[in-house]
Amino acid sequence: MKGEKLLHKLTDKFDINFGDIPKRDNDDFREAVVASLKNKSRIGAFFGHLLANNNVDIIAILIPENKNHIEIIRTEICNSYHAITHDIPSAHLFEREIAEQWGIFPEAHPWLKPIRFHKSYRDSHNFFYDPDKTEILPSFTDFFRVEGEEIHEVAVGPVHAGIIEPGHFRFQCYGENVFHLEISLGYQHRGIEKALAGGPDKRSMHLIETAAGDTTIGHTTTYCKIIESLSNINISPKADAVRCIALELERLANHTGDLGALAADVGFLPTASYCGRLRGDLLNLTAYICGNRFGRGIVRPGGVAFDIDELTALNLSNRLLTIFKDLKNAINLMLDTASVMARFEETGKLSKNMAETLGLVGVAARACGIDTDIRKQFPTKIQTKFPFNNPPVCKTGDVYARAYQRWFEIQESMEFISKLLKEQFDGKLIEENWELQPNRLALSLVEGWRGQICHVAITDNNGKFACYKIVDPSFHNWTGLAIALRNQQISDFPLCNKSFNLSYCGHDL
Amino acid sequence: MLQVLHSRLKQGYKTIDFPDAEPALPEKFLGMPEINPAKCPDKCATCLSICPVDAITQKHKHLFIDLGRCIFCGKCRDICPKQAITFTKDWKLATTKRDDLIISSHTKEKKFNPNPDIIKLFGKSLKLREVSAGGCNACEADCNVLETIGFDLGRFGIQFVASPRHADGILVTGPVPQNMKVALEKTYNAISSPKVVIAVGACAISGGIYRGNEEVNNGIHELLPVDLYIPGCPPHPITILDGLLRLIGKIKE
Ligand code: SF4
Ligand code: SF4
Repeated sequence: MKGEKLLHKLTDKFDINFGDIPKRDNDDFREAVVASLKNKSRIGAFFGHLLANNNVDIIAILIPENKNHIEIIRTEICNSYHAITHDIPSAHLFEREIAEQWGIFPEAHPWLKPIRFHKSYRDSHNFFYDPDKTEILPSFTDFFRVEGEEIHEVAVGPVHAGIIEPGHFRFQCYGENVFHLEISLGYQHRGIEKALAGGPDKRSMHLIETAAGDTTIGHTTTYCKIIESLSNINISPKADAVRCIALELERLANHTGDLGALAADVGFLPTASYCGRLRGDLLNLTAYICGNRFGRGIVRPGGVAFDIDELTALNLSNRLLTIFKDLKNAINLMLDTASVMARFEETGKLSKNMAETLGLVGVAARACGIDTDIRKQFPTKIQTKFPFNNPPVCKTGDVYARAYQRWFEIQESMEFISKLLKEQFDGKLIEENWELQPNRLALSLVEGWRGQICHVAITDNNGKFACYKIVDPSFHNWTGLAIALRNQQISDFPLCNKSFNLSYCGHDL
Repeated sequence: MLQVLHSRLKQGYKTIDFPDAEPALPEKFLGMPEINPAKCPDKCATCLSICPVDAITQKHKHLFIDLGRCIFCGKCRDICPKQAITFTKDWKLATTKRDDLIISSHTKEKKFNPNPDIIKLFGKSLKLREVSAGGCNACEADCNVLETIGFDLGRFGIQFVASPRHADGILVTGPVPQNMKVALEKTYNAISSPKVVIAVGACAISGGIYRGNEEVNNGIHELLPVDLYIPGCPPHPITILDGLLRLIGKIKE
């Protein structure tokens, strides 16, 4: 087995007999994963799957850079294994998650603590808590501390000043200067993955729709691709096109909102208020397609539930054009304002090297010059025909780069949607009859507006989910925010935070 | 500076006329359902079994929909062979009592029982502390949008504030995960009395799609004394605004 690589070409759909994935012994597994990740691949998912003998399979899904295949590596573990975080820092949250969910000890993990604060999913294996003795309270855990006479600690959250999701932030400060920030989440934990196991059932689709409610199209598309892989059905070009348009509309609305929020955080009110309004107008375009501003109900297994007919396409085009005109005006106004640029530039900077080490994905990674985009690497048929092939525009990794990259992507998405709206696509909207094959593993990847979304499902003997794994892009990126804050003024935290705008519920599930 | 003024002119005036004029809602918007059990075939209970949140019940040939649970997915409408359930575009869904959210074909007029004390105390100025407790960021976004120039919540004297100490009430979104229970209670206690409590979205009212998961509390209904329920998943911003304005007596009828 040693040295042999298991590569899988990833097209629109991907699934494999679960039993066909070779099992490596623990050391071999570790070596293979570390070697692959050191050789420029990144983590898609890294998770545990409970076996009938109460042991746990650890499965690593790795995505080599710029290739059209993925790697799957697995091993079986009872109690402990040697952690890879020391060699691969981007694995650190994944290994903490495995410890928390399955009571497995990743030996020599440098910072082992819970991430979502819940009891173990595996009977008689609790790593962090003794369920009979300890009451589980969020953020009741060790925090990294800087000691010294003039050092002070600032604790913020879970409840924040604005209308935002909860999370806890601990700053170690020297005056205004932040030496270290630690982020403690888990307040939004609603048990989604656990509730998906045993499905699909009538709730599954809606749990996915709200896994991160601002990424409904991203997550539902990823989920539906899993169902389509497992039941071996193909969606029509028409359904693919509607999904792609909806995905880019979601990106447009969120990027626009983020640029407005960045303007607000440096006190530049004109762009803040224009973008706030324009974001609403963009959400209304999605509502024009399906009735719901967040795209609930559009993407369904086998296709889509709503059509974009000729008239709808025409109206969408016109409305999009008007919005784009105002948006361009609002963004250029901000980018031409020296006082705004003075705050954006050099703030919250991450080097490309650091971003790679931490395993960042999506906009945040591209802003550091990393050319990663699922739409490019694993395009759907429509995305192949209408490709996204621009490299990232910035390399500086600061707030400015994250803002400018968004503006660039807005223009790309606008162009993409406009092109698609002019075309006619054939095929039926939806194939409603499907049945999942038993004992298979399916994987799907979608470039959501924050970045790479990865779902993995394993079916049992009856074709039900034995395990459903969701990796939201935020899960990769939260550490990026923490590191970006080093040696920044604490007053720049809101600005840095907005420039990442990560999901709490997508992380907490 | 000139550029700022120029773009101000270009962007124009964008605040909606609501409540003076009817709001512009999307064509496919799902508002208040209409139930017609006379159309139901004998022994049919298809909609009951398909509803992802068990919002529909049947008693003596009558159908009831609990808007506090409903996520407005439209599945019951789509599956019904006889169109016994349809959805109107009526956005006025908020109520002051939990029971009033359960509607049937008998629900002649929607009840909104305003509380005169709240109108007297907060009719001119209502400061709210929003707490997201497991909200998926859609309910949050639709509260946030009320503060943009499109809706301009401030013109009604309503404002979201940063500190519970500055607030007259709490507005909660999300099903309240176990991990948020303490923080929610602390925030509520930090607001001085008298205060109002508002539940926005199916999650906050009943747990929504998360109802029954051991990780959540099925909303705030049993945790806090709720004064206003605003159903939806998420409620349309107009539904939220309409509810808030009714609460403080700025929409009567
Ligand atoms: S629209 Fe409401 S009542 Fe009908 S199926 Fe969906 S959640 Fe249930
Ligand atoms: S009610 Fe729906 S939109 Fe609101 S927080 Fe819950 S899942 Fe999200």
